[in-house]
Amino acid sequence: MRRALWIVAALIALALPFLVSKSFYLQIAASAYITAIAVYGLNVILGYTGLLSLGHAAFFGIGAYGVALLETRASWPFWPALVAACAASVLLGFLVGIVSLRTRGHYFAIFTAAVGVMISIVLTNWQDLTGGNIGIVNIPPPPAIGPLSFEGDTAKYYLVVAALAFAIALTALVRRSLFGRTLIAIAGNEDLARATGIDVARAKLTAFMLSTFLAGLAGGMFATYIGNLDPGSSGLDITFEQLLYLVIGGLGTIAGPLIGTLVLVGASQLLQGVEQYRFLIFGPLLVVLVIFFPHGITGAFNRLMAARPRSHRRTTATPETEAAVS
Amino acid sequence: MMLLEVCDVSKHFGGLVAVDSVSFGVPAGHIKAIIGPNGAGKSTCFNLISGYYPASSGKLTFAGQDITHLPMHAIARLGIARTFQTTCLFSRQTVLDNAIVGYRMHTRSNLFDALTRSPRERREERESRERAFEALRFAGIERLADRVAGSIPQEAQKRLAIAIAIASQPKLILLDEPVAGVTAEETAAHAELIRTMARTGYTICLVEHKMNMVMGLADSIVVLHHGKKIAEGTPAEVSADPAVLEAYLGVLAHA
Repeated sequence: MRRALWIVAALIALALPFLVSKSFYLQIAASAYITAIAVYGLNVILGYTGLLSLGHAAFFGIGAYGVALLETRASWPFWPALVAACAASVLLGFLVGIVSLRTRGHYFAIFTAAVGVMISIVLTNWQDLTGGNIGIVNIPPPPAIGPLSFEGDTAKYYLVVAALAFAIALTALVRRSLFGRTLIAIAGNEDLARATGIDVARAKLTAFMLSTFLAGLAGGMFATYIGNLDPGSSGLDITFEQLLYLVIGGLGTIAGPLIGTLVLVGASQLLQGVEQYRFLIFGPLLVVLVIFFPHGITGAFNRLMAARPRSHRRTTATPETEAAVS
Repeated sequence: MMLLEVCDVSKHFGGLVAVDSVSFGVPAGHIKAIIGPNGAGKSTCFNLISGYYPASSGKLTFAGQDITHLPMHAIARLGIARTFQTTCLFSRQTVLDNAIVGYRMHTRSNLFDALTRSPRERREERESRERAFEALRFAGIERLADRVAGSIPQEAQKRLAIAIAIASQPKLILLDEPVAGVTAEETAAHAELIRTMARTGYTICLVEHKMNMVMGLADSIVVLHHGKKIAEGTPAEVSADPAVLEAYLGVLAHA
């Protein structure tokens, strides 16, 4: 059932360029996918490991500016620029993590928020390098790989789809692995994890680096897809937007980041005329969801599936089991 | 031979002396109980041995190695497992995954093994499942393997806490009030489980308030009162000790 839904989703994503009339809609979909990649990163650190990173959009910014600067200033081709930008994001994640993950409780959230704000300030004010508030324009698209060209809207759209599929596969593989189950255990009960001999600090650091990698990847895709860049893409408000997508989609679930992002980006499009008031709707929606569906839309769906009688089920699975294995 | 030696260990919290120059040893293969009235420092003792708190002074030796200043996970890796007073599980994961995480320190698969589904990941996954099922079978909760830990009955949760400890393949297991809030019948079953653990070769150190169980189970008992050791000996010796009677009856008289 679940596999069938994923296949349907993949087919729709692949067929979308032939279904929509205007490239405008294709661009909205691709931007949403790029955001979803970043939200998958947030899911690793918050959904799996239980750590609130408020600097997530800043790592997105490192990836985006890394690609943009290397392409426009150093004339690097896109692919090595993307690798370098992701590496820079992970390296910064390593440095931030090694300092902030020694602390417990809310300090990690506060520390990452501070780092996020600092990066945002640097991107805005280091005008010689980043172009300040105007940002960077005319970022070239990726060069062709053999016969594969990434010039047109459709080609770039498929590139983003591939990156999203990569992010989903990555986080799905982690979730069911021994390492991933260790992260979920740390989120559930850190003291017991320690008492069980798990090097909690090291596992957290690895999870944080994976989350910054996905943020950097999303940023790099953003730079090359949109073609221009300004510091607004990396602010604290963007982190909170991504958090909202994750919580509404379903913390710790595989489908949650994608569903949350698509639903809310779609809703934002519908509310275009009243965009500055959209949080008046999203805010209460979030409150209702957290109270009634703590595992978001995906959790609610799993609950529904588990409530249906199915004869071939081996064990007496509870809704929680479903949430735990999905 | 002493597996664990607690030597003149103290713990201060600001001006409060929770554990005051306590010394005792736990011989390999024994069941050692630590008893005492509420606030005597029993759980603090466990927290010092397992490295949850650093000791203010004194020395802890495990299997000949000084563990006084080691972090909690390093002490666990040397072979000390523990359960917590309030039942402490990975409550959102399945019972099986709880035990698999219990065995985790013996596996080395990392992020890259996860992403590539490497042969090591697959081998260790199989191995973890086997060890986890063994631990669940030992604790008598194998049939609950696919349930979410938070959703199983209280008594089964206490067995799972023990299964997680066993899955880590320790030499010494610290049990902090393993039968608190458990019915009389179930207490007897737990006592039997603990006895089986000792017979299997685990050394056990236990904090417990239910005196019937302690007296029937322990090879020797340490009695703490106001953070100090006031008696140590066999159950018979301890229960005849005037200082112990005074500590307990004194508490009762004031209560």
